[in-house]
Amino acid sequence: MDNILNEIGIENYIFLAVILFSIGVCGVLYRRNAIIVFMSIEIMLNAVNLLFVAFSTYHQDTQGQIFVFFSMAVAAAEVAVGLAILVSIFKNMGTISIDKLKNLKG
Amino acid sequence: MSTLIAIIGLGILCLLLEIFDFRKAIIPISIIGLLAVLGLNISEFNSPEAYYNNMIIVSKFSTSFSALFIVLTIFLVALSHKFHENNQAHISDFIAIKLFLLAGAVAMVSFGNLAMFFLGIEVLSIALYVLASSDRKSIKSNEAGMKYFLMGSFASGIILFGICLIYGAMGTFDITEISELSYSAELPVWFPIGIILVFIGMLFKIAAVPFHFWAPDVYEGSPALTTALMSTLAKVVAIATLFKLLTAMNAEISAEFQTVIVIVSMASMTVGNIMALRQVNVKRMLAFSGVSHAGFMLMTLLITTNAAGTLLYYSSSYALAGIAAFSVILYVCYNKNNEDINNFHGLGKTNPLLAAILTGALLSMAGIPIFAGFFAKLFLFNQTIQAGYISLVIVAVINSIISIGYYFKLILAMYNKEPNEVRTATPFVIYAVAVIAIVLNIALGFFPSLVLDLLA
Repeated sequence: MDNILNEIGIENYIFLAVILFSIGVCGVLYRRNAIIVFMSIEIMLNAVNLLFVAFSTYHQDTQGQIFVFFSMAVAAAEVAVGLAILVSIFKNMGTISIDKLKNLKG
Repeated sequence: MSTLIAIIGLGILCLLLEIFDFRKAIIPISIIGLLAVLGLNISEFNSPEAYYNNMIIVSKFSTSFSALFIVLTIFLVALSHKFHENNQAHISDFIAIKLFLLAGAVAMVSFGNLAMFFLGIEVLSIALYVLASSDRKSIKSNEAGMKYFLMGSFASGIILFGICLIYGAMGTFDITEISELSYSAELPVWFPIGIILVFIGMLFKIAAVPFHFWAPDVYEGSPALTTALMSTLAKVVAIATLFKLLTAMNAEISAEFQTVIVIVSMASMTVGNIMALRQVNVKRMLAFSGVSHAGFMLMTLLITTNAAGTLLYYSSSYALAGIAAFSVILYVCYNKNNEDINNFHGLGKTNPLLAAILTGALLSMAGIPIFAGFFAKLFLFNQTIQAGYISLVIVAVINSIISIGYYFKLILAMYNKEPNEVRTATPFVIYAVAVIAIVLNIALGFFPSLVLDLLA
């Protein structure tokens, strides 16, 4: 494992994670379908998980890999709550487009 | 440490009481349990210790803030009975979620490891997403929950990325080790980037400008009790955590970073106050008022002497005034579709006591003497001038004057307008919570050294 990391270089892992994270951010900002926005948030979190594992190998330290378990569990709980909110929105409004959520203004 | 375990145990006990069909006992047992937890927490005040390989560090800072959170939760749990009167079947869910939220809050101020910080902030946020959308049939509440969820998980992603970069630079999650390593001369560029990302994520959570845009919508759409929770408990927790993070991890805050804090603080006060002037919905007005108070509380990051004590004093006075104000709002807007200002017309004639309490709470937020809010602002401005930020204090004073404008709009509506309805209901619990909160606020104003010197 160590040799692979030496040959590729930690910088490239960081670039990959930053690119994936930015794709997720763009998805959250520009897509209008709530499910796709959820997917984009997952991409953001998973980009970070990837970088955690890379750093963990880089430092020869297992804490980073343990943290990934925490963040995966948390992401699952978060999405479960998000989907529940989405279901009740769909029941009330019959759509999951974020553009339709415009009742609150002032 | 035992505080945290006891709170989680109490939450589980709530769910068990539901199973064994003791629904009526849930609120009294939770309040008694929380009072016991408060005592347990205070007993830990003088014995700072680290638990579980520095995962949790109990210190004077963490115990005194935890005590404030527990007091706020007691008030919010007490108000739940009246608020969820028509939904008694699910009362255990609401109470248990509030208790788990409190556990997240306590974990957030007593973390010793970034993993614990992340878990705490997520427990708090996920509980808040549920509470914000807890009025399932209301489209407004759904929308508020969805907006809060999207913004909150976006911010969590940014915080997580920041933690990852800090880990990459330091090779550890332990904040004491990070603090020691941050004095070394050569650090990878990832470390400052990580700090900035965590800072941005936390600004989302405390709703400071320019990351405040979600706050008014979410505060307006959520059920009123959840709004009370968000504007008092959640805001105070987030700002205390940000304070602890920046003081614990950063060796010394650089000059550029101080400039950023000054600008964010000035912008939060000004934008919050000016936007609040033109609101007709009281919850929305208090949301913008909360944005401006976040700006005031950010000033404590710049203070050099007794910053933690000043922050504790300011946040206690703000949160107690908020609880008093929201308990009156809960009374006035019970069974109403909206919280517009015309619901408050003539409250001074139909219910003088509650009108007086709301007046006191608003005067405390505006910073008028005898209420704690005035002394909080006095000490804060005094310390900030001593730290050498005179322009920031000038902006803050001008903003305090602007804020009187919209607080008095509500006060005048209560006393000068004719009542448009008859109010006969006299719910005892709301009276009790409002009176105790405002009395505590005034007591803090008379004896400021009690709180200010706790963390000196």
